[in-house]
Amino acid sequence: MTPLSAGLRAGLARGAIECRQTLTNSQDLMGYVFPSLVFLVVMYLMRDRTVEGTDFSMGAMVLPSVLGMTVMFAGLMTVAQLLIVEREDGTLLRAKAVPNGMQGYLVGKIVTVSGMTVVSMLIILVPGLFMFDGLALGSVGAWATLAWVMVVGLAATMPLGAIIGSLFSSPRQIGLVMFPMMGLIGISGIFYPIGDMPDWLQWIAQVFPMYWLGLGMRSAMLPEALAAVEIGASWRHLETLGVLGVWAVVGVIVAPMVLRRMARRESGSSVQARKLKAMQRVN
Amino acid sequence: MTVLGEVEGKPGADPGAGGDAVISVSGLRMRYGSVDVLNGVDFTVRRGEVLGLLGPNGAGKTTTIEILEGFRMRSAGEVAVLGTDPAHGDERWRAGLGVVLQSWRDHAKWRVSELLSHLAVYYKGYSTRSIARPRDVGELMETVGLTAHAGKKIGQLSGGQRRRLDVAIGIVGRPEVLFLDEPTVGFDPEARRDFHDLVHRLADDEDTTILLTTHDLAEAEKLADRILILAGGRIVADGSADELSRQVSTESEVKWTLGSERHVHATLDATAFVRRLFEEHGEAVGDLEVRRATLEETYMTMVQQFETGQREAAVREFEEAAQ
Repeated sequence: MTPLSAGLRAGLARGAIECRQTLTNSQDLMGYVFPSLVFLVVMYLMRDRTVEGTDFSMGAMVLPSVLGMTVMFAGLMTVAQLLIVEREDGTLLRAKAVPNGMQGYLVGKIVTVSGMTVVSMLIILVPGLFMFDGLALGSVGAWATLAWVMVVGLAATMPLGAIIGSLFSSPRQIGLVMFPMMGLIGISGIFYPIGDMPDWLQWIAQVFPMYWLGLGMRSAMLPEALAAVEIGASWRHLETLGVLGVWAVVGVIVAPMVLRRMARRESGSSVQARKLKAMQRVN
Repeated sequence: MTVLGEVEGKPGADPGAGGDAVISVSGLRMRYGSVDVLNGVDFTVRRGEVLGLLGPNGAGKTTTIEILEGFRMRSAGEVAVLGTDPAHGDERWRAGLGVVLQSWRDHAKWRVSELLSHLAVYYKGYSTRSIARPRDVGELMETVGLTAHAGKKIGQLSGGQRRRLDVAIGIVGRPEVLFLDEPTVGFDPEARRDFHDLVHRLADDEDTTILLTTHDLAEAEKLADRILILAGGRIVADGSADELSRQVSTESEVKWTLGSERHVHATLDATAFVRRLFEEHGEAVGDLEVRRATLEETYMTMVQQFETGQREAAVREFEEAAQ
């Protein structure tokens, strides 16, 4: 085994261990279940409203959109949060102190967050399938679409999360990212059809991954006819792949630079300084 | 033993010892903004040597060790660890180093044996002809006294157990050079003794080169083959504990009585002072006591002055005493 592949394999193992830990830990489990429960209740309350011009349940349309949003949250917020917390507590410095450790850490993080994303999606998807009729998930094609949208979505959002996580220094500042995220949810057609928004807002929404993740998930799970209410009356797979792909490519170029700059500054004394600061916050 | 004069003095760094030097530092400077934290530091460490970097808080110990670990960029100077500049060390170089970090709450959900086994994996493929990497995790836990806690979650370890784990993580890759920054902070007396044994075993049995920082002279005396005293951004003394004692402690304290009156006087030349004392007072002198200051006293005086802000004066006085 070459040392490099040892780093990769260690990263995969690390991801597997962390996935198991997050699923056998009541605090983490609450973190998965609680927000999912909220979304399920919202969808349930929307079940009798119909999508304009059809008799299709609004709740059933929101379900895939929320799955898309979940991918964005996991890729962006979870990655950023983990990075900030694990930089503060010295996890990252330990990775830096072992050979190929940063590589192992990053691979591990990708595996862990991907696993967390799948779990978060399943917690919404499985009850949702029982709640609504008319979801078109019977074909292999539908699941394949769901899978590629998730993978490309994670590729588009994880580097962003890594960049944000590198730029902020304290776990508290992550709240600053929540506000624009909330705004993005509002304009991206997650809970309301985007067609009801003014034109200029539609354009802004279409710049960010959130809208395309929602659209991609809808395209996987909703009947063909529902495409009619989307922008351009189409699922626009090519555009989805294009926009998410551009975010992914830009992210994959920029994130390593930002990560490297951040990691270079990590040392025992910087962790120590943050520890002291955190202790002061507690006291 | 070499004791530095002024900043430009040629120090303990002996370029002739290059063949055996695992760490060599010359002219190391570190400047943050307009503050010089390191002001021309030179030293070498031979294979298998335990070097104690001693100095008051803020003397630049941590900065020095972090530069050697490759975690911090220096402002100027030449540095080589295992023949490589730490600023450009690759992963193979990194595999030869052990760094003992102070854990806080990282990996809290991991179990002790789980984390050690995981970190051990990174060292596979970095064995050399004479060094098998990584260490066996079972033996390692036995060595540091964690076997009974192997299945415990790290977040549930006591402070002392955590520090043992930190040490275990530092040596899991069987490093050639081990860095320890204030290693025994938070150790109970038993853990401290175990730790001292471990350091000696690593140095004696495995020829590990160890660089540790401490502000505790007693600890440096116990652990280190050689002590460097760092103050004011430079090395003000370099030698074994014995050598330092002889060199540094030149001041003596003379106590005597005249009638019912007690006197104390500190002097660099006790013999001459006592001679004068008798010349002046003759038979009236009683209870005469002459005591040479210990290394510890001299060091403590320096630290005290240093910490109360009289940095330059402290360093100057210490250097004068050391000459």
